[in-house]
Amino acid sequence: MLEFFASDEFRTVVSALNTGCIRTLQLFFITLIGSLPLGLLICLGSMNRLAPLRFLQKKENPRWLNAVWGFRPISAICRLVVWIVRGTPLVLQLIALFYVPGMVGWFNWPGGTSSRMVAACVTFIINYACYFSEIYRGGIQGVPVGQQEAGQVLGMTKGQIFRHVTLLQMVKRIVPPVSNEVITLVKDTSLARVISLQEIIFMGESFLKSNMGYSGLVWPLFFTAVYYLVFSGLVTLFLNWVEKKLAYFR
Amino acid sequence: MAILQVQNLEKHFDKTKVLQDISFNLEAGQAMAIIGSSGSGKTTLLRCLNFLEKPSGGRIYIKDDCIFDADDPTTQREADVRRKRLHFGMVFQSFNLFPQYTALQNVTLAKELLAKEYPDYKQNKKRILEEIREEGRKLLADIGLAAREDHYPHQLSGGQQQRVAIARALALHPDILCFDEPTSALDPELTGEVLRVIRGLAEQKTTMIIVTHEMAFARDVADQVIFMDGGLIVEQGPARQVIEDPKEERTRQFLSRYAEG
Repeated sequence: MLEFFASDEFRTVVSALNTGCIRTLQLFFITLIGSLPLGLLICLGSMNRLAPLRFLQKKENPRWLNAVWGFRPISAICRLVVWIVRGTPLVLQLIALFYVPGMVGWFNWPGGTSSRMVAACVTFIINYACYFSEIYRGGIQGVPVGQQEAGQVLGMTKGQIFRHVTLLQMVKRIVPPVSNEVITLVKDTSLARVISLQEIIFMGESFLKSNMGYSGLVWPLFFTAVYYLVFSGLVTLFLNWVEKKLAYFR
Repeated sequence: MAILQVQNLEKHFDKTKVLQDISFNLEAGQAMAIIGSSGSGKTTLLRCLNFLEKPSGGRIYIKDDCIFDADDPTTQREADVRRKRLHFGMVFQSFNLFPQYTALQNVTLAKELLAKEYPDYKQNKKRILEEIREEGRKLLADIGLAAREDHYPHQLSGGQQQRVAIARALALHPDILCFDEPTSALDPELTGEVLRVIRGLAEQKTTMIIVTHEMAFARDVADQVIFMDGGLIVEQGPARQVIEDPKEERTRQFLSRYAEG
C-alpha cells in the first residue's frame, strides 16, 4: 500500500489534481469576493422603495390603480433577476454565458483557460449574489424595527443607522445560512467543467479517459473527494471561528 | 413660556382616527404624564412628537418655533426631520439598546456620530471623543451604573438596561424627554429602580412626557396629567386633581379599574 503512494502513477495524478485544485480555489475565492458585496447591492435594490409614480396615487382611486402607481422599478428589476437566476440551473447559466454569445454573434470568448475562468467566475458571482441577496434581506428584516427607531430618535442618518446599528446584527444573523451557501459553493465549483474549465473533477475524470499516458483509472475521480473534504473542513473551521467572534452579543 | 405647544394634532391610519384634536402646552421644567387604556393613542402621540409617525394634521411648536405644520410642506422636509428629532429624547418600552455595543458605547454612539459634523472635528478628534466618553461615564454614574459601563446589554437586567436607555437619551441633551411606558416590559421588582431615576430627573426639573400605567407614580412625579381615551384628550389638569378628583366620568371609570387592580 505504501509503495503505491510513492509510485509514479500516484505522483502524476496528484500533481494533476493539484493543478485542478488551484483553479477550483481561484474560482471559489473570486466568486466569494465578487458575490458577497454584489449580493448586498441586489438586496438593497430589491428593498428599494423608490416609486416614481406614487404621486399619482389618490385616496379615491380603486385599489388596483393605486397598486399600479405604486410600482417600484428598481425593486422589480432586482426581484426579476433573482427569480431568473435562482429559478434556472447553474449548469445552464454556465453554458448560456459561455456559448450563447458566440452562437448569436455578439462576441466569441477567446480560447484558453483564462477566458473559461472569467466566464465561470462571472456566472458564479451573479448566481451566488442572488442567493446571498435573499439571505441578506432576511437578515436585515430580522433586525427588530425598534433598533432603527432608536437610531432615528438619536438623530442618526439612514446610512449611519445601517452601518453602525443594523449591519453587525444582520451579519450575526446571516452567518449560519451564508455558511450553508459557502459550503455548497465549494462543491458547485465542479460544475464549471461543463465549459471545460479544468478544475479538480475534470482532472480526476481525465485519467478515466486518457491523460499523461494513463487511462481507465477510476481511483483519481474518487480521490478528488479528499480535496473537497479538506477544503470544506477548513471553510467550516473558519466560519465557526466567525460565529464565535460574534457571540459576544445577543 | 411653553417649551412645547401641540395644537389640534391628528393622526389617521387609513380610515382609523388614532389621534383627534390633541392640544396641550408643556412648560419648561415640568413633567407631564399621559394615562389611558391600551389603544387610546398615547404611544402614537409620543411617536408623532418624535416624527416616527407623520401626523395627519395639526401643528407642533418648540419655544414658539413651528417645527411641524400639516398644512405647510416646508416644515416637513425629510432633511430637517433628523435635526428636529433632537429636540426630543425617547425612551422605549422595550429599551431598544444596541446589543453589539457596551453600556457606555450605547450612551456615546449618537453623540460621537454627531461630533463628526463639527467643523473642528478633525483637528480635535481625540479631545472631543474623550469629552464625550467622560460625559457618558458621568451619566452612567448618575444612574448608579458606573461599574457596568463595559457590560453588553444582554449582561444587564431589564431595569439596568432601561436605565442605560435613559442615559442614552439624556446624552444628547434633548429639550423634552419622552418615556413610552418605561416600566411595562419589566418584572415588578425591577420597576422601582427605573422609576427612581425618572423621579430624580423630575427633581432636577427635566422637561418630560411620560406615558405610564403607574398611577401613583404619575400623581407624585408629574405636574400635569392628560387622560386619553379613543384618541381624544378627555381630561387634563394638575396631576393630583386629575388622579384623585377627576371631573370626567370616563376618567373616573378608568381610574377605578386601577384602584381595584
